[in-house]
Amino acid sequence: MSDSGANALRATFFEECEELLEAMQDGFDQLEDDPRDAERLNAVFRAAHSIKGGAAAFGFEEVVAFAHEVESALDRVRGGHCDVDAARLDLFRQCGDVLSDLLAAARGGTKAPPGKGGDLLERLTAAVGGAAPAAFEQAPDFQPVTLDLTPAAPAEGADEPSHYDIVFHPLPELFASGNEPVALFRALAQLGRIEVDADLSAVPPISELEPGRCAITWRVRLQSTAGEARVREVFEFVDSQCSLDISVVSPAAQADVGEPASSPRPGDDAPAIPSLSDLVAAPTAADNAADTPPPARTAGKTAHLPGQTIRVDLDRLDHLINLVGELVIKEAMLSQSLMGVEGATGTDVAVVLQALQHLVDDIQEGAMAIRAQPVKPVFQRMARTVREAGAATGKRVRLITEGEHTEVDKTVLERLVDPLTHLIRNAIDHGLEPPELRAAARKPPEGTVLLSATHRSGRLLIDVADDGGGIDRERVRAHAVARGLVAPGVALSGGDIDNLLFEPGLSCKDEVSKLSGRGVGLDVVRSEIHALGGRVSIQSDPGEGTTFSISLPLTLAVLEGMLIEVAGQTMVVPVSAIRETLQPAMAAVDTIGAAGWVLRSRDGLMPVVDLGAAFGFRPPCATLDGHVLMLIAPDNTPPFALVVDAIRDQRQVVIKSLEANYRRVPGVAAATILGDGKIALIVDPNTLPGAPGHPEFADSSLQLAV
Amino acid sequence: MIMQDKVFESTTPPLEVLAFRICEQDFCFDLDSVREIRGWTETTMLPHAQPCVKGVINLRGAVVPVIDLAQRLGLGTMEPGPRHVIIIAVLEDKTVGLLADVVSDILVISRDDIQPIPEIVDAATRRFISGVVVIEDRMIRKMDLRLALPAADRTAA
Repeated sequence: MSDSGANALRATFFEECEELLEAMQDGFDQLEDDPRDAERLNAVFRAAHSIKGGAAAFGFEEVVAFAHEVESALDRVRGGHCDVDAARLDLFRQCGDVLSDLLAAARGGTKAPPGKGGDLLERLTAAVGGAAPAAFEQAPDFQPVTLDLTPAAPAEGADEPSHYDIVFHPLPELFASGNEPVALFRALAQLGRIEVDADLSAVPPISELEPGRCAITWRVRLQSTAGEARVREVFEFVDSQCSLDISVVSPAAQADVGEPASSPRPGDDAPAIPSLSDLVAAPTAADNAADTPPPARTAGKTAHLPGQTIRVDLDRLDHLINLVGELVIKEAMLSQSLMGVEGATGTDVAVVLQALQHLVDDIQEGAMAIRAQPVKPVFQRMARTVREAGAATGKRVRLITEGEHTEVDKTVLERLVDPLTHLIRNAIDHGLEPPELRAAARKPPEGTVLLSATHRSGRLLIDVADDGGGIDRERVRAHAVARGLVAPGVALSGGDIDNLLFEPGLSCKDEVSKLSGRGVGLDVVRSEIHALGGRVSIQSDPGEGTTFSISLPLTLAVLEGMLIEVAGQTMVVPVSAIRETLQPAMAAVDTIGAAGWVLRSRDGLMPVVDLGAAFGFRPPCATLDGHVLMLIAPDNTPPFALVVDAIRDQRQVVIKSLEANYRRVPGVAAATILGDGKIALIVDPNTLPGAPGHPEFADSSLQLAV
Repeated sequence: MIMQDKVFESTTPPLEVLAFRICEQDFCFDLDSVREIRGWTETTMLPHAQPCVKGVINLRGAVVPVIDLAQRLGLGTMEPGPRHVIIIAVLEDKTVGLLADVVSDILVISRDDIQPIPEIVDAATRRFISGVVVIEDRMIRKMDLRLALPAADRTAA
């Protein structure tokens, strides 16, 4: 195999592992709600098994060894040796975390962080009551766990051999996925004595033979002391790729032949053993009857099938989205040139063009939707953060997630991880009270962190809420005054004080803790969210808890912009940054110095920045008459008024990178392409030279001289 | 027009270059980096850009800066019009447009024919010109694109 082929396979393996780990954590969550859900348990087991199998194929031995132990432990739970309780689930979750670390290390080609793996395994093995883990087993072993254990459910006769009647017909998918009936029969043969009959009645004449379709149905009679679960296990990985019917013909039932079906076996209060007549009459009934010992059943046939997906290279997708963007622009150009033609409105061309416009809009929307991903993987990572932060602070925390299927652009999603991690840690470290305070406040000892996602008016809203003590506003205020962020004695509303938390250098924890409290904190969260075009706000009720709300655009590809004109150039100002627009004649503008203005507004005095001059496109204008003022509220710097020549339009613009071929320009966030094919710059009020907090303006003459 | 110059026996493979003219002087650079040649289109101004950066244009959805080579080489400024061309070149994953008066030929030259530029030429020019080739009495200045572009210059400065 070529190197690139192997690399592609490896990449696929790791991607699959991510999904499998996700499925595992999902399974643990569901098991928490319903510990007897055998199907979930099986799904988790299969996930661990698949990770092990794949890792073995690539020679990631640490992963194999670890996954093997986890799988063994899961199998003991599955075999009914112990219950699924909170403590064991917690251990399993931690194992999932370690497995994820090991995989990440394998992916990066680095050595896994030494650590808790071995210790964790010991605890896990002790918890499920198994033998001590065999020191790291190396060989990939695909049927390893079940064979060395005693049969699973006691209800299924361990001493007397059972007779199974297995009717097996492989579907084409079975062969497509590289499985082989002979291998399955061999595995069955390991369980006991088998007799295999091939039913050739359906085999067509050779002229009608379809090579990919197997026309043979096999009937296997198995005599084995193994439980039914073990038998089903053989077919575990081909479950959906064959039609399979396993019925139990137990010796007892065989002995029952001839007896009336209704006669109950005396003294048998264990799960009823199906009578032969039931078995013959309705195999499904037999299935149901055998269903009674729940942990041992493998109901693979009804296993949850995820929606069908395909893997697409992100670059190819982005290329497509780019082309669709081009299509939108060309369509707009066409419309615009048709507008210039006399008497064109109402003609067939105009009608068709209109239809085309709708179509193009739909295509664009569809293309954008492909990049959208559910927030679930990120939420699952947060579950880990909660576990770790809870352990580090000694607080008991429960994470509740809502709306994890809410979708958002992949790029937005990826960049959400850091801010969310920060907020979650913050909620646990600062938000939730220590256990003794919770007890005093008559709250349950376990703190709750709610992480929820919803769509609202074309934006993604994410809330991180804790049920802690709320923000101690007196202390925040004292801190802010001590650090000179607020003058003493200034009247501040509760909300104002809460927002001080976003100021750089304000940390409210008295001592530096392991998790947070080094003064790099919420200001970083805010700037990260802002960089995504989002906003973050705090809502806190003393004694009730604190909620951080993040509002984000669904995509980084389009932006709601105000089209303006400055010095003959069309530019775009993000609508999210504009607070209001004013006519200078109506506004209270005063001149200070030669060419400086200030605006008196409700919020105090605001500097007036001439965009044309700030960008060096023209000398500062002598008068504001004939211009328009825009009140800009940047995220990190004080508000100011921006002078522009005219406001043209408000519309969604497609964001194009300026850095891809050029470089970052202060005051410019990105570029977009207008209907006429020309480029317009998108103004970034956060970095505008000459705006408050940005002294670059003074040096701009120097830059020009380069 | 393609001029197949006689390739002398040499150890190195011949070099294909795009020759063009700026302010009555002939220049060339590696054909490998050239993507296409377009007519002049109106650019969008960039704030606080170096004088040689004429702005950006839309190249099928990509934002591409246009560099005035005359200004960059210190030959004076060009007042671009419909007769001028923009050579689209790719260098280190970045696409740039280079403003030129006219594109003359694609030439095949031998690497051995590239002569070092004489010491007398001022340092500013020598920063961008890696050598000269004389073909049929025309002196063609071979440009090092990496050095000619402002981004590279910025990091060097």
